[in-house]
Amino acid sequence: MTDVSDATVTPIVRLRSVSKSYRRGGQIVPVLEEISFDIAQGEFLALMGPSGSGKSTLLNLIAGIDKVDSGAILVGGVDITSLSETELASWRGLNVGFIFQFYNLIPVLTAFENVELPLLLTSLSRRERREHVAMALRIVGLADRMDHRPGQLSGGQQQRVAIARAVVTDPTILVADEPTGDLDRRSAEEILHLMERLNRESGKTVIMVTHDPRAAEQARTIRHLEKGFLTDVAA
Amino acid sequence: MLLLKVLVKNAFRHRLRTLLTVVGITIAILAFGLLRTVVSAWYAGVEASSASRLVTRNAISLIFSLPVSYREKLIRMPGVKQVSSANWFGGVYITEKNFFPNFAIEPKTYLELYPEFVLDPGEKEAFLHDRKGAVAGRKLAQRFGWKVGDSIPLKGTIFPGTWQFVLRGIYRGAESSTDENQFFFQWEYLNETMLKTVPRRANQVGIYLLGLTNPNMAAEVSRNVDATFKNSQAETLTETEKAFQLSFIAMTEAIVVAIQIVSFVVILIIMAVVANTMAMTARERIGEYAVFKTLGFSWWHIAGMIFGESFFITITGCALGIALTFPVAKSFGQQLSSFFPTFNVVRETIYLDSAAALVIGLVAGIFPAWRAVTIRIAEGLRRIG
Repeated sequence: MTDVSDATVTPIVRLRSVSKSYRRGGQIVPVLEEISFDIAQGEFLALMGPSGSGKSTLLNLIAGIDKVDSGAILVGGVDITSLSETELASWRGLNVGFIFQFYNLIPVLTAFENVELPLLLTSLSRRERREHVAMALRIVGLADRMDHRPGQLSGGQQQRVAIARAVVTDPTILVADEPTGDLDRRSAEEILHLMERLNRESGKTVIMVTHDPRAAEQARTIRHLEKGFLTDVAA
Repeated sequence: MLLLKVLVKNAFRHRLRTLLTVVGITIAILAFGLLRTVVSAWYAGVEASSASRLVTRNAISLIFSLPVSYREKLIRMPGVKQVSSANWFGGVYITEKNFFPNFAIEPKTYLELYPEFVLDPGEKEAFLHDRKGAVAGRKLAQRFGWKVGDSIPLKGTIFPGTWQFVLRGIYRGAESSTDENQFFFQWEYLNETMLKTVPRRANQVGIYLLGLTNPNMAAEVSRNVDATFKNSQAETLTETEKAFQLSFIAMTEAIVVAIQIVSFVVILIIMAVVANTMAMTARERIGEYAVFKTLGFSWWHIAGMIFGESFFITITGCALGIALTFPVAKSFGQQLSSFFPTFNVVRETIYLDSAAALVIGLVAGIFPAWRAVTIRIAEGLRRIG
């Protein structure tokens, strides 16, 4: 299915005829078929759909943590489908901020050190790294928790640390896979508000996978996936 | 630096498991070190042998003696600087449990040929001038609490009777590998007694020891000596001291080989244990490695963290094992001094310990690192939650 938006602003993400399938028990199961669409710079997009619809797979492909079977994905003008594993890893480190459902913080590191991790791959000095980390933690309201380990933080706080880690490199896009899926309602609202603020104030392009309609309401654009196809556009 | 911190902290996430693994490696390295030291001790006589000394024995067997008259011919041979002789006495001190090597020697020439047996000049003079005098090694004297002037009786097994000696000196080894568990007395005393009691066994020596003017002449001198006594009543077999010592080792080579095999089996076992630990560790953290990869860390970062953790555990265990090897070997050496005159941990053993630790660390890390590096990020992330 082809569905290329007529975006009025420059698209930051372009998908062209993207297909993806998995092999399960000797059978090839198609997950995404011929997906084409653009995501505009500064967009806050929610991808919705039932389980198995391919929304997380689509997010993984855009974020460069999975490979397409066919088609092309351009992010910020770079065709990430043509990059080698090493190039892709380097590209992810500079261009993509990840927010996961289960936070995925490294338990042996403090909040500060977790946020610092992506900066280790940059050429920043130690002092510069400290400044960036401190700023990112201030943005998410956890400047006073920087020496705490993940186990000493609540779920909402851990997710805020994860958001700080996602934005600390000032990436091109932020991808979030069910970011509120493991949180209570209040914490979920705080996280969604934080993401909305990052999108609105910093102009970050946010692509969020969710099956929660409340979460999707925070997005400016909602797209539905059904059995590997984009089915509609809602704004 | 932060990744190093992750590596070290990861190593202690399951403290008990890590501790048990480190203890296992420590014990394995200790066992390996001790077994290698046993092998080294087995070869200590060979290592301590001199290239400038030859041993001439009866060609038929070591148990047959050689006439004392050969001495005059031997000393006149080209390339021979000094000739001495020794008889294995096989005396027992009080009980057979107190075994130690004891020899009847031609003292003056023997001490000249073996400068590694260091005697106080006064004690040396006393020994040379006392027909019933004897000298003992420092460790042997310590073992039985002997002091210079003590009377020491040995019960003869090859030469019948009870033989009384007066300890005239206690020698110390010039090198750490010098055997300090031997006992020497004057061949003249033995010979005089044999002349009186069993005359047919008099004027015989067990082996001749030849000092060479040039070690490079060893082969030539050996040939000449054996050719000189060919077709005589007692034909000779002359070989270097090293070859002579190795002929003793050859008799027990199967034991040495068995010990060497066991020492490597110990390493293989601990390799399997550490590999299992690392496999469990990596399996538990596969999701975290996926997160690192997601954040942009490359395969070599992931492999580095896993191998680093593996090496951290093995090197810690190895260091403890090596540190323990020295005092334990010393204690072993004291307990087994009658079997192993020198029981020193040699440098090669430490090198082998270190090499074993590195191989264990490397092998244990290969599969987990390969698994963590090759797993798809999306699959790795699914392991979380």
